[in-house]
Amino acid sequence: MSDLKIAQSEPLFNSNKKMTYLVLGFFAFLILLPALGPTKFFLHLMIMIFMHAVISQSWNIIGGFSGQISLGHGAFFGIGAYATSFFYVEYGLTPWIGILIGIIVCAIVAILIGIPMLRLSGHYFAIATLLVGISFQIIFQRWDLVGAASGLWVPLTSEDSLYAIQFHSSKVPYYYLFLIFFTIIFFITWLISRSKLGYRLRAVRDDAQAAQSLGIDVAKHKIIAFAISAMMMSPMGSLFAQYILIVDPDRMFNFEISIIALLITVLGGIGYVWGPLVGTLILIPLAEYARIFFGGTGGAVDLMVYGIVLMFICIFKPSGIISFLPNHILHREKMR
Amino acid sequence: MQAVITGLLMGLIYALIASGLSLIFGLMEIVNFAHGEHLMLAMFTSFWLWALLGLDPIVSIPITILVLALCGIVTHYFLIRYILKAKMLVQICATFGLAVFIRSLAQFLWTPDFRNISKPMLEGRIEISGIFIGQPQFTAAIVCLFAFIGLYWFVTKTETGLALQATSQDRQAAEILGVPSNKMFALGWGLGLGCVAIAGSMMSSYFYIFPDVGINFSLFAFVAVALGGFGSILGCLYAGIIIGLVESLGGLLIDPSFKLLYVFAIYLLVVIFKPQGIFGRY
Repeated sequence: MSDLKIAQSEPLFNSNKKMTYLVLGFFAFLILLPALGPTKFFLHLMIMIFMHAVISQSWNIIGGFSGQISLGHGAFFGIGAYATSFFYVEYGLTPWIGILIGIIVCAIVAILIGIPMLRLSGHYFAIATLLVGISFQIIFQRWDLVGAASGLWVPLTSEDSLYAIQFHSSKVPYYYLFLIFFTIIFFITWLISRSKLGYRLRAVRDDAQAAQSLGIDVAKHKIIAFAISAMMMSPMGSLFAQYILIVDPDRMFNFEISIIALLITVLGGIGYVWGPLVGTLILIPLAEYARIFFGGTGGAVDLMVYGIVLMFICIFKPSGIISFLPNHILHREKMR
Repeated sequence: MQAVITGLLMGLIYALIASGLSLIFGLMEIVNFAHGEHLMLAMFTSFWLWALLGLDPIVSIPITILVLALCGIVTHYFLIRYILKAKMLVQICATFGLAVFIRSLAQFLWTPDFRNISKPMLEGRIEISGIFIGQPQFTAAIVCLFAFIGLYWFVTKTETGLALQATSQDRQAAEILGVPSNKMFALGWGLGLGCVAIAGSMMSSYFYIFPDVGINFSLFAFVAVALGGFGSILGCLYAGIIIGLVESLGGLLIDPSFKLLYVFAIYLLVVIFKPQGIFGRY
């Protein structure tokens, strides 16, 4: 039986009971966590973990699944953030619809950029995405309609409001929002990894010519992966904008977002569904505590840590932390 | 006319920066994503030599070259050596990580402030029939041109240069003939960053110096290398000049705040329609 048949014959939820309980228990813990009365900082940390896990999962789709290295993925984060805030500020449209608009815009943009750019490969694609990411920042810095360099300030509601996605009294609602998106997106990725699409993408990554000769439209699949990846990135930008309530080009199109997405995935294990989560759980607490330890103004300590970690991972363990796991567990969760 | 001259002068500097990148790529097929950061290091080196020892950037060029060449060799021995045979993804990530590390280290050590060298040896500008040419810019361009010619001569005419080329064409064959490829790679990194050092120290006399300064230059260097064809050194000269012209003419004719975008557009057009570069050898 082919790998695909095996994957499809498996029930949607993992038939391995131990694994199912583990995952369910994990989620139950996450849902009950706010009831344990965590501190504000801890909730913030968890929110950042969810956000970065999704960001890097989104990068994993294009980088890990289809093997194209994008160095400008922050662009989609920014588009998502701008889409919700712009429509809320200008037209009073609820951010919920804004999130949808952001996703659609991101998909369109990804396809439009993807058609010319995904014909490139390797270094050429990486450099092109780097340029695109920076171009978006330049455009939004000069675009008067969206507030140019000063950005948009989301008007505050007087009290907590689900309609406007603004919660001033506590971080708990934000925690659940991020948790929901985190769960959905990881579930979608898990599904993709077992679908025909997932297998085709991996075929394209491993040997584009062989895949082509088997009748897989290489360019189309790369564009699909790019669009899916962009659509996952966008809601995180939207939610982050609602979380901090300021949208400006320097923050939302920050180069750092693109770096982190790549770094977390490579650290955790590129091409594995749970790789980004592993990477996030290690890196984000490390970075947040490094920032606290050296003081908020201590320059770019967290970035320095990222750089060092990235180099070490590349030298010593290019397949990521997750590959330390024993093989039989790894094989179940493997995307390749 | 003014814009053409400005573009030309800037283009020669881009050409030298790009040739360093191209040399490294041609030799071992690794794109040094930290190229701009190395440029920034060169500028800071000449800044500190000026600030602490009072040496003018022009005078301290040899020291800067030594520092950067050493930095290149260190990079090779501690990072690049291990990822030579790795997948391209890993190579990109590694040099990218190096870039992030160097940039944030500079921010950490020297704060993100803008600095400049006040009262350098070269100052002011000369006027030739209505066209203003900044003296430091002019000298920088000339020095870069000579450095470029020197590099070209070294690579194509001397024995070591030929060994370098042999390694870049076929590593194994060159090793059989007694060319130690590891040393050649180290030499390539030394040379490549030496080029950057010259460009950096020339620019430090008229450019602001800050940790993020390298980003734009490295982007232009990528574009130049893609335009000139990866690995072709002569192509970098033409490509650098084209980029300089596009940048300044685009700024003059359309809108200067979108300067970067014109150059990016050129990159996309070239790599899509002529992936081997305009002057590519592949």
